[in-house]
Amino acid sequence: MLIGLYFGALIVKSEALSWFRIQEMFRLQSFHMFGIFGSAVLVGGVTVMLTKRYHLPTISGETILIEKKPLQPTAHIIGGVLFGFGWVLTGLCIAPIFALLGVGAVAAIPIFFGALLGVYLYGHLQHKLPH
Amino acid sequence: MKTFHLLSGPWPWYVAGPLMGCTIPLLLFWGNRMLGASSSLKHLCALVPSKAEYFQYDVRKGYWNLTFVFGVCIGAALCYRYFYETEQVMIAASTMADLQLLGLSDFRGLMPEEIFGQNQYQQPRFWSFTLLGGLFLGFGVRYAGGCTSGHGFMGLSQMSKASFLAVMAFFAGGMFFTFFLLPYFLI
Repeated sequence: MLIGLYFGALIVKSEALSWFRIQEMFRLQSFHMFGIFGSAVLVGGVTVMLTKRYHLPTISGETILIEKKPLQPTAHIIGGVLFGFGWVLTGLCIAPIFALLGVGAVAAIPIFFGALLGVYLYGHLQHKLPH
Repeated sequence: MKTFHLLSGPWPWYVAGPLMGCTIPLLLFWGNRMLGASSSLKHLCALVPSKAEYFQYDVRKGYWNLTFVFGVCIGAALCYRYFYETEQVMIAASTMADLQLLGLSDFRGLMPEEIFGQNQYQQPRFWSFTLLGGLFLGFGVRYAGGCTSGHGFMGLSQMSKASFLAVMAFFAGGMFFTFFLLPYFLI
């Protein structure tokens, strides 16, 4: 949970939860959001590489298993595009929804319930959808 | 040149980005977990009784994720309250100009008050931007198998093909919507 606190604080400080920032990003009018993604992935990428190469364990000595998500092209594409629509409308991805709830924006409430409903719908329709 | 106040202002990408990326080693080395946020929504739905196979699993496996997003919520709340005093997000002038052309004029706050303000709930637009937006997010995210934390940060860090594809789709969808569909929603 402490790590969550850390991540949440950074979401606010980086303004990644700002609808305006997301507009800036999709219109390619600022490097800010791309810089965040790029530099974060750089740190993460080096971490993953080092962990795999040197078989780094956790602090308590457990083996770390880094599994990739299964490749489901149709699902990634259709789902991703729909996610993109939601990202534009709300100016949020998933973790920022929780951040916005914390910030206290009233709009976060219907967004949160919409997202829950969306997941619920997906769960029930999943077997009928192409993946 | 944006002013950089450590305690009260926003942080530039080259400070916030790497720090956010550090969440990956923090989670890996401390908790043996891979970064991801959208599973939390799945776990919350699974708490409700349902016949869908998608939600039939032991939700206790997901407790760490629920704790994580709870932390995100609280962390954001504390940070916003004590460490963030900006009234207006300093976005590019070109973005402001584009948004003004689309009808927005109030750029204060994290999100446009004209769309999302709490006294806007009587406007249909409020609901299409929030509830419908949320629906797209929720449905899309699990369909795609992850969000910008799971696919975007963690997946790209692993050089996962699945994540490359998902992230491309996120941006393709977002850009398409911004340029072709957003104006209709802003009416």
